[in-house]
Amino acid sequence: MADAVQGYRGEALTVLEKYGVRVWSEAKIKSTRGDFEGIVLPRAENDDNLHIVLKLDTGYNIGISVDTIIEMKESGYKEAHYKIPEQEFPVSENKPSVKLFGTGGTIASRLDYRTGAVIPAFSPGELYGAVPELADICNLTTEKLFAVFSENMGPKQYIVLAKAIGEQIAKGIDGIVVGHGTDTMHHTAAALSFMVQNPPVPIVIVGSQRSSDRPSSDAALNLIHATKAAAESDIAEVMVCMFGPTSDEYGLLHMGTRVRKMHSSYRSTFRTIGDIPLAMIDRKKITPIWQDYNRRRQDHGVKILPYFEEKVALIYYYPNMQPDIIDSLVDNGYRGIVIAGTGLGHVNKPVYPAIDRATKAGVAIYMTVQTLWGYVHMFVYDTGRDLMSLGIIPTENMLPEVAYVKLGWALGQTDDLDEVKKIMLTPVRSEITEREPYNGYLIFQGGVPEVEKFLHSIHR
Amino acid sequence: MSQLDKTIVGDCDKTAINPEENYRRTLQQVGFIPQGEVTKEKYKQLGFKCGLEIHQQLLTKSKLFCRCPAGIYQRGDDYNAEVIRHMRPTLSEMGGYDGTALMERKTRKNIIYRIKNETACTYEIDDTPPFKIDTEALEIAIEIALLLKTNVVGELHITRKQYLDGSIPTGFQRTAIVGIEGEIPLREKKVRIIQLSIEEDSCREVSDIRHNRVYTTDRLGMPLIEMVTYPDMLTPDEAAEAGNYLRFLARSSGKVRTGIGAARQDVNVSINGGTRVEIKGVAHIAWIPMLTHIEAFRQKALLAIREKLQKCIKDTSLWEIRYSDIDVSIIKKIDIDYEPVDRAVAVNLPGFAGILSHFTQPGKIFADEISDRLKVIACLEKPNLVTSEQFAGSGLAVEDATWNEIRQQLDAKEGDAQLLFWGPEEDITTALETIEERCRLAFEGVPDETRKSLPNGTTLFERVLPGPDRMYPDTDSAPLSISNETIERIRTNLPVEVIYRMEQLNKWKIPSDCHRWLLRKNLAPLIERISNDFDISPKLLGTIFGHNLKSLDGKRKPPQRVDSEFLYDLFKLLYKNGVLPEFAPELLALSCTRTNVQVDTLLKEVNFQKITMDEITKRIPALWDDLKRLNPNLERFAMIRWLMGRLRPYALGNVSLSDLRSEVERTVDHG
Repeated sequence: MADAVQGYRGEALTVLEKYGVRVWSEAKIKSTRGDFEGIVLPRAENDDNLHIVLKLDTGYNIGISVDTIIEMKESGYKEAHYKIPEQEFPVSENKPSVKLFGTGGTIASRLDYRTGAVIPAFSPGELYGAVPELADICNLTTEKLFAVFSENMGPKQYIVLAKAIGEQIAKGIDGIVVGHGTDTMHHTAAALSFMVQNPPVPIVIVGSQRSSDRPSSDAALNLIHATKAAAESDIAEVMVCMFGPTSDEYGLLHMGTRVRKMHSSYRSTFRTIGDIPLAMIDRKKITPIWQDYNRRRQDHGVKILPYFEEKVALIYYYPNMQPDIIDSLVDNGYRGIVIAGTGLGHVNKPVYPAIDRATKAGVAIYMTVQTLWGYVHMFVYDTGRDLMSLGIIPTENMLPEVAYVKLGWALGQTDDLDEVKKIMLTPVRSEITEREPYNGYLIFQGGVPEVEKFLHSIHR
Repeated sequence: MSQLDKTIVGDCDKTAINPEENYRRTLQQVGFIPQGEVTKEKYKQLGFKCGLEIHQQLLTKSKLFCRCPAGIYQRGDDYNAEVIRHMRPTLSEMGGYDGTALMERKTRKNIIYRIKNETACTYEIDDTPPFKIDTEALEIAIEIALLLKTNVVGELHITRKQYLDGSIPTGFQRTAIVGIEGEIPLREKKVRIIQLSIEEDSCREVSDIRHNRVYTTDRLGMPLIEMVTYPDMLTPDEAAEAGNYLRFLARSSGKVRTGIGAARQDVNVSINGGTRVEIKGVAHIAWIPMLTHIEAFRQKALLAIREKLQKCIKDTSLWEIRYSDIDVSIIKKIDIDYEPVDRAVAVNLPGFAGILSHFTQPGKIFADEISDRLKVIACLEKPNLVTSEQFAGSGLAVEDATWNEIRQQLDAKEGDAQLLFWGPEEDITTALETIEERCRLAFEGVPDETRKSLPNGTTLFERVLPGPDRMYPDTDSAPLSISNETIERIRTNLPVEVIYRMEQLNKWKIPSDCHRWLLRKNLAPLIERISNDFDISPKLLGTIFGHNLKSLDGKRKPPQRVDSEFLYDLFKLLYKNGVLPEFAPELLALSCTRTNVQVDTLLKEVNFQKITMDEITKRIPALWDDLKRLNPNLERFAMIRWLMGRLRPYALGNVSLSDLRSEVERTVDHG
């Protein structure tokens, strides 16, 4: 009867078993608070074990405290079959072929009773049922590589994904879309930027900030934008495609090495840092903003470099950081450390001996800035010069997360620290840029009259 | 003969239709009579059934799921920023799509939200997940759930109820059941309560023109309760009685909002053979009888239409419209202010002669049912069609010759009806589907709809009636346990039941015309308190409130003087100064002319003078002499009135007017 009492534990389970009432059965409950009638629903694992969940006739759910239950009786059985209506994805000869790789995330999703959260649903048929517009854009095929939440994406997945992309390109696909949870989308974007070099077609990573089980979700529009970018754009780069404003108006294509999630819940959370986005995209058109992006090519050539050293850490410096933080990394066999330092790339004196010890032990240490915008400038102050003399290498304007991914990727290829340094400081695709444009740093401040005027006049 | 033509045989109305005459005739056939002239028996014959959903805002500091202040409103054009969204239908928990959602999808609306920083944060525009539910609101809801005698749930589960009209930016309303299965007592019966839920209020609509619907977000997220009854009300008057009772009950907590829009009613009506139709957003309970009455007869009319169509069209499954583009210049001749008119389309409706001008509601015909849907679903602004059964006075006439051409073009037969509509290219397909769908629904009788109420008692199509398929658990919030301790704590502080207050008003012999207002303003507890503390008869207090205060309240919006503390202090002032309570209306009238009032100084402000009965009666002889000299021939009652009128300013508040009147009468009768 394990499945028949899905998610129930402890006292609630005892009560269900006592009265022989199963999950999905129609039940009549007599309680000290009155009578209740409805379908017994599964219980989410993290909820307490003191309540039984009922779906009433009206569609509402309620919980009944088990300690108020006097009697329970099963009177029928009605299991829900939650399924996104599946329709065969129409194929038309003159449309580009796009491959959608699934990694998890909420492009299309359904309810998970185990956690009470949403889990993804994915087949082309399901996607077509949910977002029929896709059929106007391309011939879509899908492949579910993993079903993990964004936070569980890591080096193993990057490698599988890079190889799978390589295979598709070799087969002549016209564009690739990667469905991804948003939390670590920019880590994956960086990893693919390094592992999949000089692709002939667009590689577009996409997700949603509001799960697709809600009518206001950004999932469908993001997917439409991403698919359109993959199928039609001539931008052969690894990109992130997410909402530009919070409004359902247009998306932005961000360079995979310059993008970062900047808000925990906003739809327009992804921003290009230290530069401007590659392009704007809406249902009708793609408007490049960059001029010098890599153009789509007809060949099927691509360089796949699927390497990663997992013993790499990213540490965020704070005042009074103790040297033992770094010591413990060295003692645990870490081969590389990226520091997000203060200001122009600084840490305090007490950690110097630890850094010294680390570099002498052959650990590669690279400096980035926790300000996110701007370059590491270690020559400006003595602190910086001291640090460099200890062996810390500045990484220009590489974002901390990107530097972390790149260091893992570099150390995955070689043990030679000079070689690693060469790899780190030679830009693959804009992770280091020579110049910062005047409009690459824009954080408007609300309340300022001209900003308010601007906000009033556009759709946010 | 085509297959279609074979389907139309028999009793179709082939006589030339005079639309006005047809309307009058069908109104009689349906048996429509004005509300108030219908007996209880008649409603019983109809099978009239009505249930209510009463929405009541709760008086809390904050909104329900975020920390924005509740109860602050802006004008529609006062905003800091706008966000645009489109809604997509999603699956319900049980795996179905909701019909309403699919309908809203067809409308392809751009939904624009106006945000003002003062009243909305990123939660309102769905860019931040919900915060923990407002405890103050939840406790008020539990209190009212107990007053309704419902079974309070053990655990609150926030549920998402889909609304694709855009009235909530998430596309759903967060709502949760607090209690189920309760009851309220009416004069002649008990009405059962299905449930009480707590939910967030929706946006206020600013405008809805073509494909653009604009909302303001100030009201969005304010805590509401919804009290739902079973369809136990069997006459329109019972429905109003139940509505009033529920309103009084909510008010009796003293923790709900009052004023425009703070309480709104949805009214469900059905008759035998008809279906549940929901009339949304009824602003006043006083409108309920007329609205439900007219809806009952609209359903009867639709059933009559079904019967006529079934006689006329043998196989309704084969029925289909035929349409053809016509010269747009025909439309241009009609005096309409509408653009863009890319296309004008003529549609033939086989067998619908006599149906288009068939009575549905007072002043409305079946063609209006189609027109309403064209506005809502195809976004064609009204007027959006002209029919072959157009009323002459509608100002939308198309010449007979043109109709004849159109009939020829459409290969129309006798017994068919035609309509013309126009609009932009992008909406024509949806419009045609909408027309065909509404006509097909006529074969089935009464469609499942929610309808919008108008002040004249008629209703308009608003959307397809949603079902339980629009419910989905809110994955952003965890269930919340409601403990026995919480319930018992709230139960010990419950206000006295409304039914008891009603009996009290009777027992106190307060004039019955005051009762409704006193209950609405929840003044019975105050009457009780003042009466006990200052030894004033409840009847007098009830009359002062129910007549004087009510009339002042109706006349002057601000300053608001229906305030328990203010009124208590006012009677306390009189009591402490030895002034009789009959003087209260003078002070109330004065206080309503001021914005800031200090109760303590009111007596000084009216220059109240203390005078004894002796001092007043001493004035009688001189006045009596004046009266006899000036007006010796007056009748007795007029003499008394004349004398009382002159003595009243001195007497009011100082002596009992009836005692004084006895003195005056003695003088008049005995010199």
